Amino acid sequence: MKWIAVMILIASTTLGDVARARGMKNHGEVREFHPGAISSALWALARNRWVILSTCSMAISFFSFVRLVSIAPLSFAVPVSAATFIPETILARFFLRERVDWRRWAGAGLIAAGVVLISR
Amino acid sequence: MPEISDINQESARLRAKTRLFTGIVIVSNVSGNSALTHGMKLLGDIGNSPLALIGALFHPWVALGVALLILWTLTMMALLSWADLSYVLPVTAIGYVLTALSGKYLLGETVSAEHWAGIVLITSGVILVGLTTPVTTAGQVPQ
Repeated sequence: MKWIAVMILIASTTLGDVARARGMKNHGEVREFHPGAISSALWALARNRWVILSTCSMAISFFSFVRLVSIAPLSFAVPVSAATFIPETILARFFLRERVDWRRWAGAGLIAAGVVLISR
Repeated sequence: MPEISDINQESARLRAKTRLFTGIVIVSNVSGNSALTHGMKLLGDIGNSPLALIGALFHPWVALGVALLILWTLTMMALLSWADLSYVLPVTAIGYVLTALSGKYLLGETVSAEHWAGIVLITSGVILVGLTTPVTTAGQVPQ
């Protein structure tokens, strides 16, 4: 049960993060933060396909995380979710077409390794 | 053609905005996860039913955790509207270090040599990525 929750968590988090980044890039820079601007941005985002896909994935990710912390310690649940750094960096490079230089690859690797150590 | 000084000003503006939003993302994530976990621990194993999970949302600590995680989601979305995913995710990973340190200083948990090694690796990864430009896709309009 624990590892099924882990696999669902990693897949849904990766899809959720990447789709959200794609949707927000399509939306363009959020520049104003008064209540009216925020609600009109939220209204636009509620009809953004990438954001809708992301929200569904995030809901799955959230409930699998809640489930996981109820059956395993947080010191297991948090680090295991760090596995998402690798597929997300790959997708940022090839799907979102960001310029991922050696510092970003090395940083993502160091962080994933560090999170594993911090969890033991 | 925009003036060089305009470009510099624009990138300084984006850097400052990125720094502010990154800070809010980190703090709301760490405090939200802690409150959520604390609440779930108090509730114990609630089983698999969706109704039990929804019921858990009404527990005060769980509700506070969820409120902070909603703030986290909205600030993260705003941040991603201009900054790279491959910048934002690694930089906000400093939250893992803060979670470990809050376990040590607030809950009196022991931090082993392995934990300190992990903290050093994560912090160096965050510094490395923090040195890169937060925005590399400006001007591109993805479909």
